[in-house]
Amino acid sequence: MNLVQEVIDWFADADNWSGRRGVWHQLREHVRMSGVATLAACLLALPPAVWLGHKRRFGSVAVNVSNVGRAIPSFAILVIATQQFGLLEYPIVGSFTTFLALVALAVPPLVTNAYVAVAEVPDELRDAARGMGMSEGELLRRVELPVAAPLLMAGVRTAAVQVVATATIAAFVGADGLGRFIIDGRAVNDQAEIFAGALLVALLSLLTEGGLALVQSAVTPRGLREADVPTGAEAAALAVATVPPPDGRGTP
Amino acid sequence: MLASNVDRWLWWDWIGRNSDLIWSSLREHVILTVLAVGLGLLIAVPLGVAANRWRRLYTPVIAMTGVLFTIPSLAAFAFLLPYTGLTRTTALIPLVSYTLLILVRNIVAGLDAVPADIKDAADGMGFSRMRRLVRIELPLALPTIMAGVRIATVTIVGLTAVAGLLAIPSLGNLIYVGQNRPIRTAVTVGVALSVALAVVADLFLSGIQRLLTPWSRVRRERSP
Repeated sequence: MNLVQEVIDWFADADNWSGRRGVWHQLREHVRMSGVATLAACLLALPPAVWLGHKRRFGSVAVNVSNVGRAIPSFAILVIATQQFGLLEYPIVGSFTTFLALVALAVPPLVTNAYVAVAEVPDELRDAARGMGMSEGELLRRVELPVAAPLLMAGVRTAAVQVVATATIAAFVGADGLGRFIIDGRAVNDQAEIFAGALLVALLSLLTEGGLALVQSAVTPRGLREADVPTGAEAAALAVATVPPPDGRGTP
Repeated sequence: MLASNVDRWLWWDWIGRNSDLIWSSLREHVILTVLAVGLGLLIAVPLGVAANRWRRLYTPVIAMTGVLFTIPSLAAFAFLLPYTGLTRTTALIPLVSYTLLILVRNIVAGLDAVPADIKDAADGMGFSRMRRLVRIELPLALPTIMAGVRIATVTIVGLTAVAGLLAIPSLGNLIYVGQNRPIRTAVTVGVALSVALAVVADLFLSGIQRLLTPWSRVRRERSP
């Protein structure tokens, strides 16, 4: 196919890599935008979700937030926010409306996984910790959080990968990022540029997935290493699937 | 006066005049979602059954569908445009591949949860492997499988909208049109219908699940 050669030529062209519109700049912007949004979403979502998990309260609320969240397209949030607030630019955050859309995307998987991870810590472990005289704070810090860490990190991983994949849409409101190549290429009907952009986003997503998988296994306590730790997307599906919908428990 | 109408979140005149566009976008969105989940099931059921029977297949199958799940939807649609153009196929190939991870995971989890003594009883009654699968295991796994179908459907409703950004007909295209003109009402209608569609689809599927698993209802009535 001719397109393959065109894409190779596109990557071979040094002009496409440097400058304000080059790959390096857009890659940096993409990573910065995704990183800031994921971090903000973690700060916003994890403390309450972990606390609710510790209290084992409002579980169905946490899971339902995640389910409704899936139905709202991120770029709809982006478009509505942009029409409401205009093209705001802030330091660190960058395009404010993109930031909003990405944070809204990341919160549901973080909440579901953090809640389920902490709430599912076995009762024997909690009882043993309390029996050893641990306070509630110690129980959370020294027992629940370490045991919950792998599943909690799986949520962070799912969220981060979705954010990296979705940050592409920032280009729709004129912000930078790897989406620029897809949108600009589409505007001038340059198939090679579209394809190159799509390839770069897909590669960055896979890198994020792989990198955070390493972090996930690093935060897994030694005693739990042997256990089968689900991947990010799996854990998200698992988390929702294992908390069955109201009429989900049907085995006679 | 026109400018003030364009700025309104709900402009009933526009909705009235463009009911054809709205209607066809909704219809196309529903068709794409149904086809994606349907084709996804056609692929995922054999994969899930195989991964349940031969455990060694499980890890590679999940890894492969996991990689598919990671590819950004906008990138995937853009990949395919040169080959398949502005057609349903362009939207369907990524959408179907996104359903696989969710569906296969839940199918395997559901089949794994079928108690061994029930399978032994079926064997003892002389059921063949195939008959045991169709008559015993799949029905018992149905609640978990349906949970997967519901998650997949709601996810696909959201992702189908993304296809609209590349001018493939769907509710997303309505949002895209609203962004470009710009007509706020088009955005409102696109988002509202997309969310409503997800909720209706979820309720519909949970209704089907109740019909297909009458035993779970009977049990609930007995133990309030």
